[in-house]
Amino acid sequence: MRLTRDRLTAILMILPSLVLLGVFVYGFIGRTAYVSLTDWGQNPAQALALNPVISFIGLENYQSLFTSALDSRFRQDLVNTFFFTLFFLLGCLAIGLTLAILLDRRVKGEGFFRTVFLFPMALAFIVTGTIWRWMLQPQGGVNVLPTLIGLPRLQFRWLTSREQVWQFNWQNLPVILGVGVGVILLWLTVLSFRRGRRGRGTVMAVLTAVAAIWTATGARSVEILSYPEPHGFNLALVGIIIAAVWQMSGYTMALYLAGLRGISDDLREAARVDGASELQLFRHVIFPLLGPISLSAVIILGHISLKIFDLIFAMAGPDNIRTSVPALSMYLRAFRANQFAEGAAIAVVLLLMVGAVIIPYLWTQLRGEVRR
Amino acid sequence: MTGSTRAGPGTYLLLALASAFFLLPVYLVLITALKPPAEIQLSTTWHLPDTWNWGSFVTAWRAFSPQLLNSLILTVSATAGSAVLGSLNGYVLSKWRFPGANVVFPLILFGMFIPYQSILIPLFQFLASIGLYGSLGGLILTHIVYGLPITTLIFRNFYAEIPDEMIEAAKIDGAGFFGIYRRVIFPLSISGFVVVIIWQFTQIWNEFLFAVTLTTQDTHPITVAIANLAGGEAVNWNLPMAGAILAALPTLIVYIVLGKYFVRGLLAGSVKG
Repeated sequence: MRLTRDRLTAILMILPSLVLLGVFVYGFIGRTAYVSLTDWGQNPAQALALNPVISFIGLENYQSLFTSALDSRFRQDLVNTFFFTLFFLLGCLAIGLTLAILLDRRVKGEGFFRTVFLFPMALAFIVTGTIWRWMLQPQGGVNVLPTLIGLPRLQFRWLTSREQVWQFNWQNLPVILGVGVGVILLWLTVLSFRRGRRGRGTVMAVLTAVAAIWTATGARSVEILSYPEPHGFNLALVGIIIAAVWQMSGYTMALYLAGLRGISDDLREAARVDGASELQLFRHVIFPLLGPISLSAVIILGHISLKIFDLIFAMAGPDNIRTSVPALSMYLRAFRANQFAEGAAIAVVLLLMVGAVIIPYLWTQLRGEVRR
Repeated sequence: MTGSTRAGPGTYLLLALASAFFLLPVYLVLITALKPPAEIQLSTTWHLPDTWNWGSFVTAWRAFSPQLLNSLILTVSATAGSAVLGSLNGYVLSKWRFPGANVVFPLILFGMFIPYQSILIPLFQFLASIGLYGSLGGLILTHIVYGLPITTLIFRNFYAEIPDEMIEAAKIDGAGFFGIYRRVIFPLSISGFVVVIIWQFTQIWNEFLFAVTLTTQDTHPITVAIANLAGGEAVNWNLPMAGAILAALPTLIVYIVLGKYFVRGLLAGSVKG
């Protein structure tokens, strides 16, 4: 009797939080999705009304984001997010792992080094951005560092460079996506067969074939734009990537260091007794054990990277098209231009990208626990 | 020879280079904040000041004290609110598992990862409709709600370490839901609360998107004030640098004094913790 009353109290205690999260997370996401299907903002008189009159227009906002001439900024935003995420992840993983391996070698003053590598994590992105904006002034900062040892000044226009590398035509996007998906599927096919999982391998092989056929036929005939539109990796992003790596690589260092400390001395010793060199020890024992940590780091940093907003706001300003990302465009569209429906559509695209990373991760992380 | 290899000179050289990369911006910020405005020239960026000028900090303090106060009120109340609710949630989820808890928990966690852009428009509308748009109260409520996933997660993992036998024993002694919380769980929670409070304090103090969207001139927290100042063109760099130092100090002090708990919160963010 007592037990059931306590259990009821327990449920009553967590209920307010569940209701709040239900409304503020899921209710609001639903509302945003609905707003993205309306014309809210097209009529300026209704934009800021407390109860605006809005009407349902279907997927028009999305169609416009991906195919209308007016929205080429959004498409460059997506390309920027892709390259930013790629180099931010590579930078954080490489620097974080290197620092962790160095610190794991029983270094004197380890506490000092750890403190130095991790302190940027305690800063606001706004603070980091303000600092690095000063570091990357074209006429000063990093560019004049070489003059201190008698070398000529650097000329790179951090944050304002107009140069793009690895340009591609937006019209070719379906083909590029098709090839990308095909290569990943092919890799999974080979991997499955190598591990002796024939069933899965066959499925993957069929999917690879479908991707290849679609790329060769359907993808070519999709016309998303009626004119060529080049997009590429804006070099103005390089400075922002450096600042972001400066701030976040300490996090991967902390993750990897915790992982390395978790590998028992016995295991390393056993490998050495078996005649493994230091390099072989890393390749065959330590790196495989760090795999799950790398995955965690990729997911956590990846979702931060997709959402990055304040760092770019503070470093390059919100109106710098060359360094813009969807998270920033959403804010400008909705809260500067009062185009709420278009802002909501960008927000939904952003949520889908983050969800694609986070949902499988939560699924696998929690599956084991639930069985417990 | 045990475990890892001993560090040689090469290791220290690499660590020193890495430290330089991490500390270079700190040096630049400090010397820029300490230069008189006339001395700040792009060609002498890296030189120490000829005359040391502490006045920038006085000016920055005068300019930013209202926003620093806003940040302080916001951070303390929202941290307290989300920590208390998170502790109760964690207690329920770890010790009073109810049917469906396995479904509810991931749904709670997902709230921690969503891009806040995806709820910003309805949130703005909602706060406007209840008259809290532009007020510190609205921002406090926002931070409490969106802080719940992480505080719940940290407390749940923390309480999972407390043996169930202790709960059973307390039940046999006649303690109910609150009795167990007050006499068993809460006294064992201190380091859990430290982790959560440090984490939330840092996150809320540093937050920018909600702050810039949901507040107005009078209620801007410090991050918005710094962004506005640094974004303006005609400002001398000593002021934003001094302002950035003021904005960074509270979280830096917390990190340096209580670094161990800060890192624990950091690792807890990767779900399993």
